[in-house]
Amino acid sequence: MKILEGIGAGVIQQFAYIGGLSDQFWSGIRALPRVLPVIGRRGRWRDAIRQMTAIGVSALPMIAIMAICSGMILALQGAGELRRFGALRYVIDLVAVGFTRELGPLLTAIVVSGRSGSAFSAEIGTMVVTSEIDALRTMALDPVEFVLAPKYLAAILMVPCLTIMCSVFGILAGAGFMYLSTHMTLGIYIRYVFDSILLRDVFGGLIKSVAFATIIVHVGCMEGFKVRGGPEAVGRSTTSAVVRSTFLVILADLFFTAVFYLARMQ
Amino acid sequence: MPTSVISVRDLSVNYDGHQVLDRVNLDIRPNEILVLLGGSGSGKTTMLRHIIGLEAPNAGNILIRGVDINNCSAEVLKQIRRQVGVAFQEAALFNSLSTEENVALPLRELTNLADPVIEIMVYITLAAVGLAESGKLMPHELSGGMKKRAAVARAIALDPGILVFDEPSAGLDPIVSAELDELILFLKQAFQMTIVVVTHEISSAFRIADRIAMLYKGSMIAVEDKESFKASTHPRIRQFLDRVPDKVVETPTVQEHLRELSGMTGVES
Repeated sequence: MKILEGIGAGVIQQFAYIGGLSDQFWSGIRALPRVLPVIGRRGRWRDAIRQMTAIGVSALPMIAIMAICSGMILALQGAGELRRFGALRYVIDLVAVGFTRELGPLLTAIVVSGRSGSAFSAEIGTMVVTSEIDALRTMALDPVEFVLAPKYLAAILMVPCLTIMCSVFGILAGAGFMYLSTHMTLGIYIRYVFDSILLRDVFGGLIKSVAFATIIVHVGCMEGFKVRGGPEAVGRSTTSAVVRSTFLVILADLFFTAVFYLARMQ
Repeated sequence: MPTSVISVRDLSVNYDGHQVLDRVNLDIRPNEILVLLGGSGSGKTTMLRHIIGLEAPNAGNILIRGVDINNCSAEVLKQIRRQVGVAFQEAALFNSLSTEENVALPLRELTNLADPVIEIMVYITLAAVGLAESGKLMPHELSGGMKKRAAVARAIALDPGILVFDEPSAGLDPIVSAELDELILFLKQAFQMTIVVVTHEISSAFRIADRIAMLYKGSMIAVEDKESFKASTHPRIRQFLDRVPDKVVETPTVQEHLRELSGMTGVES
């Protein structure tokens, strides 16, 4: 009986979590216009600009390094097999399509989750502990609008940009490999890249990146808002934010990949 | 027109089966300073969180200027909240904003005043709490007392009729604490505010209070003017005022513990 109760409580808890996320998501969507320049609350867009710097510009070096390393790894692994069939040229397709559809959005999401998702959770968790969130509520200000919305706007703008940059760096790493192994020039390599990827691959990757940005921001902020107790609870929330958002990003990736696959089949 | 600015009616709060507040009643009159006293765990912070609408009670009502804050529309609650300024124990200043930006925040967000007007209002408000020269400083550059003053400035920025303080003197030395008490008295005089102060500092309570309410284990045991409170013969009030510790509970000996174990037939000393 205790086991059943435990399972039931766990399921209810997860449903409550998803319900809370969904509620927060719609509040975030409603609050987004108030962060925009001109039509939004005055000065709120400056917060979004600050967040764009933190989420986007500051993450670029790490994403570039990870993309270059991953591009090289993918090219080396692919070449190992394709060389046996005299199909080394198809390394270009592998790297280009792999990064545009999959690795670009996923690697970017993992980096942003680790850097920014945890930072959102720690920032909001600290605001909860120091009563700043309570202070907002007593001033009749909505914490979702004030704290979450600028981060959300920044993330849905910057994560797709980072995804494009990640794909570009990854594909360029493939160019480096092809030059070293076959002396293929950059011009020819780029022509092959454009032959192998379709516009729908690019759009598919960008749609994924917006969905991943949404997951990272909402999970990170939710874990922060949930903090109760002292500073140790903030530490737990940051870990939870990274673990949960990475897990949900991979689930969402599977969902979108399956949907795009089925769409291509028709 | 209600005679009480804040009315607490049969407020009961229960956390996981633990009764924190039990049918508490309290009326706070216009332009008075009411100090809510109580020891640790007496429920005073819980009561304050319910008065400022941060939590909903299990039973009972809280009326601010006659409006039940737990049974009103979001828009009405927003209007009510604008009439209540809160100075939190930890000051709760936003670390990413300077002192003057913190004070300007409610004005920028909740009014349509032009920026130059807001700047003037922020300066006047900071001057009122003695921080006219500290507006550009960031919260981490302020001392504990200055942070609390800045929090007061932010709380009064919208000119609320009610001001609530949570443990204003916590973590402050006696001199800074006394200065803060003077500030509270000044705010009452200058702005005709109704002020609620939650504290366990007896000296501070007697310095600023018009009336004192005392909570003990979730029940309201006294609401009196400060002279009557000082002279009270209620045993719990006397214990609190005379700083008498609770009777030390005699701890059972090891032998007594062992005797309670099932199957134990006897224990030798």
